[in-house]
Amino acid sequence: MKITEKEVRYIAGLANLSLSDDDIRRYAADMEQILEYVDKLNELDTSTVEPMVQVLSAAGGADTLREDALGASYAADKALQSAPLSGAGHFKVPRVIER
Amino acid sequence: MPPLANRSAGKPCYNSSFPLGRAVCKLMSIVDAGLADAATIAKYEPVIGLEVHVQLKTNTKIFSASSHEFGNAPNTQTDPVVLGLPGALPVLNRKAVALAVRASLALDCRVNRYSQFARKNYFYPDLPKGYQISQYDKPLAERGLLDIDVNGTRKRIGITRLHMEEDAGKTVHDGFSDSQRYSYVDLNRAGAPLCEIVSEPDIRSSEEAVAYLNELKLIVQFSGASDCDMEKGQLRCDANVSIRPRGQKEFGTRCEIKNVNSFRYVKQAIEYEIARQAALLEAGGTVIQETRLFNTATGATAGMRGKEEAHDYRYFPEPDLPPLIVSDAWQQEIRGAMPELPPAKRRRFVAEYGLSEYDARVLTLTKAAADYFEAAAQASSRPKTAANWVQGELMGALNAAGKKIEDSPIAAEELAALIKLIHDGSLSGKLAKEVFAKMFAGGKSAAEIVAAEGLQQISDTGELEAIIADLLAKSPQQVAQYRGGKTGVIGFFVGGVMRATRGQANPKLVNELLKKALDG
Repeated sequence: MKITEKEVRYIAGLANLSLSDDDIRRYAADMEQILEYVDKLNELDTSTVEPMVQVLSAAGGADTLREDALGASYAADKALQSAPLSGAGHFKVPRVIER
Repeated sequence: MPPLANRSAGKPCYNSSFPLGRAVCKLMSIVDAGLADAATIAKYEPVIGLEVHVQLKTNTKIFSASSHEFGNAPNTQTDPVVLGLPGALPVLNRKAVALAVRASLALDCRVNRYSQFARKNYFYPDLPKGYQISQYDKPLAERGLLDIDVNGTRKRIGITRLHMEEDAGKTVHDGFSDSQRYSYVDLNRAGAPLCEIVSEPDIRSSEEAVAYLNELKLIVQFSGASDCDMEKGQLRCDANVSIRPRGQKEFGTRCEIKNVNSFRYVKQAIEYEIARQAALLEAGGTVIQETRLFNTATGATAGMRGKEEAHDYRYFPEPDLPPLIVSDAWQQEIRGAMPELPPAKRRRFVAEYGLSEYDARVLTLTKAAADYFEAAAQASSRPKTAANWVQGELMGALNAAGKKIEDSPIAAEELAALIKLIHDGSLSGKLAKEVFAKMFAGGKSAAEIVAAEGLQQISDTGELEAIIADLLAKSPQQVAQYRGGKTGVIGFFVGGVMRATRGQANPKLVNELLKKALDG
């Protein structure tokens, strides 16, 4: 066993997902398979290969930067139009601090 | 306490760009052992590391083109990137990088040619994407240092790293009619460019912490990377505090104090925390590693607990941004354009103008003050007098008027002209102060005021001798007292001459002439 159901629950919690017990069992099996495949990949010796964190690396450098020029911002009502709840020009969310 | 070790999964660690914790947090009043007295505290050595967030002085956000200007109507500075809308992609602001490199070099850090952005994952309403773009295992710069002076002792504080990241929005928990049920979110600040500067745990007292913060702020301000205006949240500080029995090598368990927005509060919070931890250890308890909030109303810190998994940020390299490459040429260009920084300026003021360390420090508290002093010193050729006038009369008058030195009604050259009049004997110190007050109020030059009001100092020996002779003739009793040995009555004569000349007599000359007349 590479991954326990407890670990799946923990990861689901971090991702704000609520999963049924069936889901948990299914994802545990899926993730188990994924990790086994990674183990397979790990059989290759990559000690002399630089890690590639992403494919844009080749284009890296100052050419990928943006000048500090002001662009348009959304008006407040536009920024808030998709918010489930808003008021006084703000996004409103269930209170996040209890005292 | 290397910061990366602190950030490993599972260990409680909040990134400090936010005054409040991630995930749903609950403030708890914890049972503790109270605060230790001075004798108990003295048995322990505090170990302090500071994390400082500085907002970089750009026009636009770190990854998009909307403004992050302070004080505007809520949610008027957003765009698809800031809101985390589907498909929006971040593009790094060149100026933000240049300013972060400038701050790094100013703090003697080694700038990495290759650095990488990383995602820090968590859910909190002030960050719509569900992650903060920060830097993790490959920060922009490392291994800096900064010298502080505390009670005349110089000490070097190491800087572990400086990395770039985006700011989060502002969450408002109070002040609305339904604040009991809702928090309000303003994303104007979300995406503002920050650099986080992490110190080594080299700091051993609250005084050293404040000295470090003051010096860091000054250096960053002078470098031009940030204005560090704390009232606008441009500089924010978190403190990691632990204590250990004196002589012990291992560090104690640390607490991270957040929500500290002035240096005075940093000092209070650290002192509270030291006393709390000392009492706890003394009572046989243990310090729990946790994040604590400083309450400005009570001066106390209180533990802040969230779900354990809220601390697991699952950092990974940001796939939407290429690695950041700062070429040697770019770094050299930024280094070449670096303005003179406070430590060098202070040394130069002492060496070049003969100022005391203290004066040099006061006159380099802002770049504007240093520039003003230097202009006045050069124009008057009297640096020490210029230093005294800038620190004394000028700063006093500016404070009283609520003005900054850059808005001084007296230009440095005008103050220099006044100083010249003092040195060539045209004005006594007392008269000069009167002239100064008129210059400050009216914007006229010293020469104009002296001419218009006839304030020229009387240094004419003949004129003063006549006044003295007249005064002595009118005061036979005091003359007899003086000649009988009560030389203290000379003050009476000096006062008389000053009254007769409306304060314009050259005091040194008056003294000389009086002694001659009375003794001779």
